[in-house]
Amino acid sequence: MSAQAHGMVDHPAVPSLVRQHRIRLWEPLPWILALAYYFAFPNHLGFGTDLLITILFALSLELALGYAGIVTLGHAAFFGAGAYTVGMLVHHGIWAEPLTSLALGAAVAALIGFGSGLILLRTTGLTLLMLTLCTMALLEEAANMGERYTGGFDGLPGLNIPPLFGLFEFSPLYPRVQYLYVLTMLFLCFVFIRTLVYSPFGQSLTGIRENTLRMHAVGAPVNWRLVTCYTISAAIAGIAGGLWAQANAYVNLTTLGLDRAATVLIILVLGGYGRLYGAFIGAVVYMALSHFLAKVYPTAWQLGLGLLLMLIALFARNGIIGLWDTLRRRFVSQRRPS
Amino acid sequence: MNAPLLETRSLCKNFGALAAATDINFRLESGARHALIGPNGAGKTTFINLLTGVFLPSNGQVLLRGRDITTMQQAARVKLGIARTFQINRLFRGLTVLENVYIAVAERLGVAPSMIKPAGMRREVVAESMRLLQTLKLADDAEHRISELPYGRQRLVELAIALGLQPEVLLLDEPAAGVPSAESHIILDAVAALPKHIGVLIIDHDMDLVFRFAERITVLVGGAVFAEGTPKEIGSDQRVRDVYLGQAHHG
Repeated sequence: MSAQAHGMVDHPAVPSLVRQHRIRLWEPLPWILALAYYFAFPNHLGFGTDLLITILFALSLELALGYAGIVTLGHAAFFGAGAYTVGMLVHHGIWAEPLTSLALGAAVAALIGFGSGLILLRTTGLTLLMLTLCTMALLEEAANMGERYTGGFDGLPGLNIPPLFGLFEFSPLYPRVQYLYVLTMLFLCFVFIRTLVYSPFGQSLTGIRENTLRMHAVGAPVNWRLVTCYTISAAIAGIAGGLWAQANAYVNLTTLGLDRAATVLIILVLGGYGRLYGAFIGAVVYMALSHFLAKVYPTAWQLGLGLLLMLIALFARNGIIGLWDTLRRRFVSQRRPS
Repeated sequence: MNAPLLETRSLCKNFGALAAATDINFRLESGARHALIGPNGAGKTTFINLLTGVFLPSNGQVLLRGRDITTMQQAARVKLGIARTFQINRLFRGLTVLENVYIAVAERLGVAPSMIKPAGMRREVVAESMRLLQTLKLADDAEHRISELPYGRQRLVELAIALGLQPEVLLLDEPAAGVPSAESHIILDAVAALPKHIGVLIIDHDMDLVFRFAERITVLVGGAVFAEGTPKEIGSDQRVRDVYLGQAHHG
């Protein structure tokens, strides 16, 4: 009987589901490139650190939007929650050790994600979009008003982050330690997200995205799954925010604003969501282009980004990765006409 | 006397002024092959939605083996063994056929909340899903996305997902609707081959199918039970012929 069952697993049709989680040949590439960047551009590590943090933030949104289909325009709420938690703890001299305060930032963001998710995730579509935006606006205004704790409009400048493990000093001028620290955190979070996405839990999130009604009808506790996913996503966004505060040694209202929330959404659309690596591609293309365009056309650089986004929205609904998939499929089917 | 598998008592549902279900008393025994017929708008799908918990009734009770499940959530009813198919396909369109069934089987086995071990390494879930696809002759399509399949085969996936839940009560809402008649026998064969012990309630407009399949027929008109009996009784009931069969046989 078990031999028969095993035979069915080996049915020629099965492999894609059975193999999907296996590590593909090219998957170490982003990490090799990230390390190569460290050695090749020692004078641009500040930009590199920022890029890695953006990738991590985009990955957190990828989990909620790309996999579970939670449409949100307020994800910076969690980024900001992480950043402010880390910043306020250091500023008020309560807690400064980088790794544990990062964990606290993640916990606070997760708590906010859980609380707001319990209420918001009963809604969908435009309502959800507006409510997530409102949640973020409330937090932003709270950070603005609570001047005594958050520094208000000016934020908290000059955070004194102690050395990592008491050994590696964060230097604002030569952010070598920051870069490697952020890269390590990104890698750990990515491994976690990748595991999650290919697990049965990830499969059920995809099911919710594809057809919520059917998920109810197969007996899935849809709301609970969404809240769980949203909480995890918020925690990772909180880590990204905490890293941002530590790497830049300050916190301000830009960590919480619509600008940041919209940018990360654009990055995911640009790279292609629901595909894990879209966050990487999108962040690299977006950050590199805005960096480059801002140098060439200091006054009108956003025009170039806008045009690119229009092209993507019109001709490549699944982003750059989707475009690549389509081209490859066409190429393969031409070579092997079936 | 044993409680019936599924029972409703004076079940009512009003949408504003519209009475979609009025005082429905209905029994489905285990192993039953029961058909629900009636003209369009008679409230057949509403009735299924009341049984599965999509809607809560305005009045009355739903009982499973004598246990009151009237206010129970959809997901909890599925866990107790009530599964359904939809009149219009509700599938995970972007996923493969295998993944569609996998999701249902993983949910039933309680594997779905687990976050670490990859889905593909859950051999027992994959094997059971494949076995199910083979019995429905869908195994060759396992790798295809739903959106690549012809409609008739998509209807089979609807059935496969419901069977993946190993239900005791199976509610089939027009399983052959929209399927070209040349292919409908695949669906009918699959329905005929369902495990004997489960209670099946089928809604369909195809009278040949209904009279061949059902051992008992309930006729619903205007949200209320109009007649109930064996196919023979229903077929010879002049009132039913006037209301429903007469019209259908005109064409």
